[in-house]
Amino acid sequence: MDTIFALASAQGKAGVAVIRVSGPQAHQAALQLSGSSLPRQGTTLRVLKDQFGNPLDEALVLLFSGPHSFTGENTVEFQVHGSIAVISAVLQSLSEIDGLRIAEPGEFTRRALENGKLDLAQVEGLADLIDAETESQRKQAQTLLSGGLGVLAERWRRDLIRAASLIEVTIDFADEDVPVDVTPEVSGLLSGIQADLQKEAEGVGIAERIRHGFEVAIVGAPNVGKSTLLNMLAGREAAITSEYAGTTRDVIEVRMDLAGLPVTLLDTAGLRDTDDHVENIGISLARKRAESADLRVFLVEKGEDLTIEMRDGDIRLLPKADVRENSEIAVSGKTGQGVDYLISHITRVLRDRSAGAGVASHARHRETLNSANERLKNAQTILLQGPEYYDIATEEMRSAIRSLEMLVGRVGVEDLLDEIFSSFCLGK
Amino acid sequence: MKHSIFDVIVVGGGHAGTEAAHAAARMGVKTALLTLHRRDIGVMSCNPAIGGLGKGHLVREIDALDGVMGRVADKAGIQFRLLNRRKGPAVQGPRAQADRAIYRTEMLKLTEAQENLQIVEGEAVDFLMSDNCINGVVLSDGAEIHGRKIILTSGTFLRGVIHIGDISRPGGRMGDRPSVKLAERMDDFEVPFGRLKTGTPPRLDGRTIDWSGLDLQPGDDDPTLFSFLNNRISAPQVSCGITHTNERTHDIIQKNLSRSAMYGGHIDGVGPRYCPSIEDKVVRFSDKSSHQIFLEPEGATDHTIYPNGISTSLPEDVQEDYVHSIFGLENAVILQPGYAIEYDYVDPRSLSLDLSLRGVEGLYLAGQINGTTGYEEAAAQGMVAGLNAAASCLDKEPVNFSRSNSYIGVMIDDLTTNGVTEPYRMFTSRAEFRLSLRADNADQRLTPISISLGCCSQERKEKFLSKMDQLGSTKYALESSKYTPKQLLSAGIKVSQDGNRRTGMDVLAFPDVTFETLAPLITGLDQTKPEIRRQVERDALYATYIERQKREIDAMKRDEGHVIPVDFDFSSISGLSNELKTKLCVTKPHDLAQAARIDGMTPAGLALILARLRRDTSQKKREA
Ligand SMILES: Cc1cc2nc3c(=O)[nH]c(=O)nc-3n(C[C@H](O)[C@H](O)[C@H](O)COP(=O)(O)OP(=O)(O)OC[C@H]3O[C@@H](n4cnc5c(N)ncnc54)[C@H](O)[C@@H]3O)c2cc1C
Ligand SMILES: Nc1nc2c(ncn2[C@@H]2O[C@H](COP(=O)(O)OP(=O)(O)OP(=O)(O)O)[C@@H](O)[C@H]2O)c(=O)[nH]1
Ligand SMILES: [Mg+2]
Repeated sequence: MDTIFALASAQGKAGVAVIRVSGPQAHQAALQLSGSSLPRQGTTLRVLKDQFGNPLDEALVLLFSGPHSFTGENTVEFQVHGSIAVISAVLQSLSEIDGLRIAEPGEFTRRALENGKLDLAQVEGLADLIDAETESQRKQAQTLLSGGLGVLAERWRRDLIRAASLIEVTIDFADEDVPVDVTPEVSGLLSGIQADLQKEAEGVGIAERIRHGFEVAIVGAPNVGKSTLLNMLAGREAAITSEYAGTTRDVIEVRMDLAGLPVTLLDTAGLRDTDDHVENIGISLARKRAESADLRVFLVEKGEDLTIEMRDGDIRLLPKADVRENSEIAVSGKTGQGVDYLISHITRVLRDRSAGAGVASHARHRETLNSANERLKNAQTILLQGPEYYDIATEEMRSAIRSLEMLVGRVGVEDLLDEIFSSFCLGK
Repeated sequence: MKHSIFDVIVVGGGHAGTEAAHAAARMGVKTALLTLHRRDIGVMSCNPAIGGLGKGHLVREIDALDGVMGRVADKAGIQFRLLNRRKGPAVQGPRAQADRAIYRTEMLKLTEAQENLQIVEGEAVDFLMSDNCINGVVLSDGAEIHGRKIILTSGTFLRGVIHIGDISRPGGRMGDRPSVKLAERMDDFEVPFGRLKTGTPPRLDGRTIDWSGLDLQPGDDDPTLFSFLNNRISAPQVSCGITHTNERTHDIIQKNLSRSAMYGGHIDGVGPRYCPSIEDKVVRFSDKSSHQIFLEPEGATDHTIYPNGISTSLPEDVQEDYVHSIFGLENAVILQPGYAIEYDYVDPRSLSLDLSLRGVEGLYLAGQINGTTGYEEAAAQGMVAGLNAAASCLDKEPVNFSRSNSYIGVMIDDLTTNGVTEPYRMFTSRAEFRLSLRADNADQRLTPISISLGCCSQERKEKFLSKMDQLGSTKYALESSKYTPKQLLSAGIKVSQDGNRRTGMDVLAFPDVTFETLAPLITGLDQTKPEIRRQVERDALYATYIERQKREIDAMKRDEGHVIPVDFDFSSISGLSNELKTKLCVTKPHDLAQAARIDGMTPAGLALILARLRRDTSQKKREA
């Protein structure tokens, strides 16, 4: 087995950079670079030197012994100063050691998987965790990482096997005193599993939102203060504002963390009839993005007709609250009046929706869950045709079981491995 | 006494042994069938029936490979029933009550008539060895028989002990001595032995049974036979009787449980859950106040009755009492008491897919010695061992069966992958591809293999090829004609009016459509023979599922393509749990697909083996 190494922290200048080495020669390599013996476990401060004894950097050297490491192999982590020159010098020195090579993307995780430290769904969870920016994303990734999906799939699989065995008894022990028609019982069991599968599959959409962020669009007529509101929420001048109507043309996106939820705010062009060709392009773009957003914030006057449909959870506010007499629901991007109310509304709606997310969070999960569900739907139809078709009904159930096994990689390992690791980047 | 030199020596003339000897002889190698007595050949130690669910599939497969069991059972059958007649054809199993005497006579006749096959009487007590290679057996009288391959099929005889109540004595089965010397010899090979048990009911004198109040179960009106070569029965037909145990029976058994060999602690071996003793049933299903008993005649002219459902190891006086408590059996005379037998079996995980024992060159094991129960399971293994021992003599490739082509393959894979924890019996639910592995298409699946091995009789070959011809042209006619929903409706076939054109095969899969409904629509089909019509219907019924399973089979084949070398060192893979490592080292899976089927195997474990395999191959490439 080769010993592999790579930069484990992000590329580019930073305070500290982490270089990871894993494999049978990892400890040997640490010894070679640090020039003196190291304790088998724990953290040591050492000056790293190249093969000619020239100092490279002062570094913290962390030793892990397999199987008690991330990859399950002997592992070393060098925490060096995050300078591009230092990093490339250390990587260069490592590559000069015989038997060491630079890791392929995802190879550390692949080894963790191969050494039984993670299952496939956990690996997906890990990729998500690395990319997590907000609390809800972290939590979701953590459930996947701790094997939550495997637990669920195993439960459904067991339930299905139990349901199938009710039928199998009528088939394989037909010449003994056993029930002949078990359709109602089996059908009931299947319905329960189907409902679970469906709920979990539907949750994938929300879970994907949590991973990629919810979109909230600000819409309204020109000059009502949409861009000003966006800037206020973002806490910086992300969009140009002016007293001229029709200032914003492109959709401006700002990613932010609203009480732990990942949200992308969209500022859009003011909606109106115009002969301006470019502005019209902006307006139709605004409509499109507003339609597909998860939530819309309308800045409109009382009684004003909406040209975009208002949907469940959307909010309608009067603009420029600071220059209004009455104390109706209004917001001001200039003074911040009503902004807290707006934020609490958005987070409440999105939080409610997030509650629908389950453990399954990837398109791959949804497809597999749906195909299992499809099989069970067929099984139900066939069951109703009676014992004469029990052999076909159980085939549909077996097929569903197989889908669930694929969900966690119990079958078809090869394809799955390749698919999952293609989404990893170097050093993970 | 000096015998000539054989290619294959089969030890044991039971169901595994006869099938193995016939298979080897058909392959054209010089074969000896060594057994204690000539009269052992074709003996049914337990119930007088062949076939059943899963088992009937095995008999059909044996027959498709030109074996003998199906042909003999057809001759001996005195009551034929197709089990699961009201369920799908995939799970229907042919079964027959067999006349013991006819079965033995016919089996002996076929065996004596088989070319290249010689029956030798005697007890094998030792193996002749050179290095680690077996090349013969030594008989109890000191005679030696030389042979290149040995197939051991000694059934329940290895260190067999018979128990009736608290009395136990050594025995291979009632009336036979056990094989102790041979077992001791095998100890030297460090073969992993285990202990199993099975039981048999008392035999009754049918003339002392009061049949007048009992339900009778006749055979089917149109008997379904085992062999693809046969279409008529020859023995006179009889009915079975049906009676039930009652609360008084259960009371007697409960009171005497401590005197049962099994419950009294005289037996350590594990018995089959599927074929429990009456003691077991009374204890485990204490809420049931009655169990069904089939009274099966042992022959058309034999008065012996086999009461199926009350096998026991209780003392004789208790057997008398509980039998007499049963309706219709009040005055029944017991001809032979029921008994339990405990015996050695070899952990089948130490076998390769060709049933050769790893580490001992030239030795194959088949039948109950491998932890199975039942005649059909034994015979099917005999077929595998016989074909392979002969193939090896002829320097031919091993004949491997797979889960995707046969129940035989399922059984061999189950045994060699996960071993047994109780006597292994075949069920249709063991076969994940059971919609394709049907009793009715065993010939389509396996006869081509036997033809290509050159061990198929001319008669079967011709019959098979002609059937395939007719099937092929009928299916072609059905597949190449397409109909609109309107056309179908006018022929009285209700389909959704979706405008889709359907082929004749598609339409045949509909629940209410038979070949006869369709035949008027298509020219040239009215001459089709009835058996071809039925076969096409069955093929059509499952066509879409079989198509879907094909993809799964392909995926499995891909995994089977990752062959794991015999010297692959599982213990050196870091990251595998010790439990998995142990299992892998015992089973030594042949390929990745088999590894995946080991109980408790994890995806990560598989990924690990795959990664190691890939690394080894790329290393080899680099070195080359
Ligand atoms: C008491 C009892 C109860 C059973 N109950 C059931 C049941 O309920 N259901 C079921 O499905 N099956 C049952 N069976 C099992 C069924 O009979 C066997 O599974 C089947 O016969 C096994 O076939 P075999 O060829 O492996 O062995 P057997 O049919 O046992 O044949 C072994 C042969 O080997 C010969 N032999 C043994 N040792 C030597 C030697 N050293 N040299 C030469 N020849 C030797 C013997 O003479 C015998 O002919 C029962 C068997 C017994 C004995
Ligand atoms: N008094 C007051 N003035 C505001 C408020 N919000 C925006 N304005 C002013 O209104 C004008 C338009 O503001 P923008 O934020 O550019 O308006 P917009 O809706 O983005 O306009 P378009 O991009 O043209 O559609 C600017 O002069 C802002 O200073 C507010 O809450 N109160
Ligand atoms: Mg603007």
